[in-house]
Amino acid sequence: MQEHWGDTLGPALVQHIELTLIAVVIGFVLAFPLALLAHRYRVLEQPFGAFSALLYTIPSLALFQFLIPFSGLTTTTVEIALVAYTLVMLFPNFVAGLNGTPSEVLEAARGMGLTQRQVLWRVELPLAVPAIIGGLRIAVVSTVAIATIAALLLPKGLGYPIFLALKEPTPFKTEIYSAGLLAVVLALTCDALLVGLRRVLVPWARKGLA
Amino acid sequence: MSAAAEIVFDHVTKRYAGRDAAALDDLSLEIPAGTFCVLVGPSGGGKTTALKMVNRLVPCDSGDIRIDGRSVRDIPGVERRREIGCVIQQIGLFPHMSVGDNVGTVPRLLGWPKARIRARSVELLELVGLEAADAKRYPAELSGGQRQRVGLARALAADPPLLLMDEPFGALDPITRLRLQTELRRLHRDVGKTVIFVTHDVDEAIQMGDRIAILREGGVLAQYDTPDAILAHPASEFVAAFVGEDRALRRLALRTLRDVPLGRLESDSQNQIPAVSIDTTVRNAVSLMLETKSDRLVAEDEDGNVAGIFRLSDTGALL
Repeated sequence: MQEHWGDTLGPALVQHIELTLIAVVIGFVLAFPLALLAHRYRVLEQPFGAFSALLYTIPSLALFQFLIPFSGLTTTTVEIALVAYTLVMLFPNFVAGLNGTPSEVLEAARGMGLTQRQVLWRVELPLAVPAIIGGLRIAVVSTVAIATIAALLLPKGLGYPIFLALKEPTPFKTEIYSAGLLAVVLALTCDALLVGLRRVLVPWARKGLA
Repeated sequence: MSAAAEIVFDHVTKRYAGRDAAALDDLSLEIPAGTFCVLVGPSGGGKTTALKMVNRLVPCDSGDIRIDGRSVRDIPGVERRREIGCVIQQIGLFPHMSVGDNVGTVPRLLGWPKARIRARSVELLELVGLEAADAKRYPAELSGGQRQRVGLARALAADPPLLLMDEPFGALDPITRLRLQTELRRLHRDVGKTVIFVTHDVDEAIQMGDRIAILREGGVLAQYDTPDAILAHPASEFVAAFVGEDRALRRLALRTLRDVPLGRLESDSQNQIPAVSIDTTVRNAVSLMLETKSDRLVAEDEDGNVAGIFRLSDTGALL
């Protein structure tokens, strides 16, 4: 594996991280305000949710195929599809987190004289952090997995070495295993980092019952 | 803010759409500054509604509520609420903040300097029977009784002249409840704010209130007076039934032997007569006399000296 690191696996890993990161960040930037809206105006929750669910049922390959005529065989196509999926995974978790504040906490906050905005920023959002990070973990791990399929369109990401290896008349197994293993390690590392982030941001969940 | 506020309900009415009975029907009552006023009654009596109207969580349909002469409508609801302490049954501590930060919520909203907030938090935690070290703990680490103490500290943080309490001890076990009731009474004597306390438990009302307002279904005021007066002269059959058929005995529970005239002890009879502390309630004294089949008791003070004799036959004169 060492010999392949320089030319294939190393760059592939970096590309894969790039693909994932861009997708998750854009997904977050889109999902967060949408979730705030759906939280504030509960009527929106249904239509937004239904749309997301619909998007999620479309198989990734089909979505890629659908996008190609519009944005070509480019990174953009892949990113659009990946962002769509992260959106679908982040949005329900964010909304559930925001809606999940216990009613007596809201009642107490209002009774003490916090404005609606203060209730959102000082109470509901901090309490939603575990759900937000939960959504991010799912999104990141799933995106790492789905991004491997991007290799069918582009010579990028950890799917590419696998794809190349499979095209050989006698597939070179080490390539497949090492790329696959790297993808798994990447996913687990990201997950662990997010769990660590949660530990830092949410000291109150460690104590007592939570 | 004054030390204690006077509250006046002036013909307050509230109806909810689609319901026949009013939530509050022409409620008028005056709560003098520093009074511990209990709103008690069955469900549907509008007591929680009345409470929520004082800090404008619920608007009045008609009539007005005045705090120290000024209508509650004078200033915006949010500002008004920061001047009123509020304790609810399920407490509602912020799980993501430490106890100290919870207590400091309103001072922070009002822009107090950090050092002052910290000092005030510690002062209040000790006032409600917790320790300064508890400021760093989180609500999930506390017991129900401790949490409600924090809730009380939080309500008192900005030194409001008025405290609203909505069945604050309802979710606690009976032993903790009794302890907190006693401590709250002591606190009220020391701190002297006006308190409006809602409960459905008539025993709690009698035990806690300087004055009790009984609200019946349909939001009608059935009687508003001191506990002793209500027990002695219930204004209607409803009130009589509500306070219970044993109201004469309950009246006896409102006073201790310290409050009643005691007879002199004949020197040679002391040994055969049961002795009790002078702080025993008259009701418990009567109960003891029945139990020991004695027609009199010796009342002793804290040092064990004889204060006087209380006779079973004297009881009737007290009622």
